[in-house]
Amino acid sequence: MLGRARRRYILAKIDSEMMPSERDFQKVLWSSIIRLFGEYGASHADISLIEYNREARYAIIRCQHNALPMVRAALAAILKADGDRISVHVLLVSGTLKALRRKMQNIFICGE
Amino acid sequence: MRRTYIDLHLCPSIDQTERVKALLEKSAEMGYSAVGIAFPVEVEEKHIDETKKICCGLGLDLVTRADLAPKSARDLLATLKKVRRKFEVIAVYCNSREVAIQAAKDRRVDLLLFLNDPRRHFFSASEAKLASEKSACLEINLSQLILSEGLSRIRLMGMLRRDVMVARKFGVPIVLSSGASEPYMLRRPLDYASLAYLIGLDLEAANKALSEAPRSIVERNRRKLSPDYICPGVYVIKRGGDC
Repeated sequence: MLGRARRRYILAKIDSEMMPSERDFQKVLWSSIIRLFGEYGASHADISLIEYNREARYAIIRCQHNALPMVRAALAAILKADGDRISVHVLLVSGTLKALRRKMQNIFICGE
Repeated sequence: MRRTYIDLHLCPSIDQTERVKALLEKSAEMGYSAVGIAFPVEVEEKHIDETKKICCGLGLDLVTRADLAPKSARDLLATLKKVRRKFEVIAVYCNSREVAIQAAKDRRVDLLLFLNDPRRHFFSASEAKLASEKSACLEINLSQLILSEGLSRIRLMGMLRRDVMVARKFGVPIVLSSGASEPYMLRRPLDYASLAYLIGLDLEAANKALSEAPRSIVERNRRKLSPDYICPGVYVIKRGGDC
């Protein structure tokens, strides 16, 4: 019997002078994964962009739990989006979206 | 106990204070507790003091470091004699096998750095064996991995994976550092640990290479540079008339 897929939700901070659009960010994330791990590796990661906030400069990304090191490495390797310099820093990782949002509030409250 | 992370290799241009400050601010934001800055060998004391002041304001511990790129073993010995007591950490770029062997067997060298060029990459079993006997560490700059792409990144990853394997086989400690000269090249310690996954280091080993390994170098050298140090194993405990 197939078990339920275990996932990880990643809160990533985007550091850039010119914030990329959601589409550009998604493109750059996929291309980083494909460049590092190939199409076969990328297919295991099963990533999707859950939320992208240009004003608050963060993104929530979902991936398979066993592909977390791959996705973290791919995020760290991102250097440019649409010609502008960009760096992506992982702030939080959680098993559920609900828990991530709860922890996220603490981060943003402390940040303010 | 919470792990504290050290980035032993930042290489900004020292005379541009604003850029040094920006890099240090980013390091503090990324969660490092100490940073090593590569100063030129002939650096003036005022530049070091200025940088120390900035670090103090940011709650960072500054580790002074010199990166040597000698042409020959003789050149290395002469430079080491001049600079060893001036800096807390000494790293050597091993541009030839002769330099690599001399650096690996010299107790005064803390970090060994190797070039990305496969024809001029001299870290093998013999250097690793010498380094493990003299407690020199292998340093890996992760900014190279971030900045390169395509075929050059494939080659680099293969080379670093081999280096990690050799270092682990001979018990040479590995130090992971950023090698960043600009703030956009910096990443959080855990992001670096994830990048190290690409070169065959598991999370625990990568964390060790970002915290314990650099800390032990800094502590060892600070003990040695203190006025209470006499020789290995002998320290002044107390001074004064009532001893």
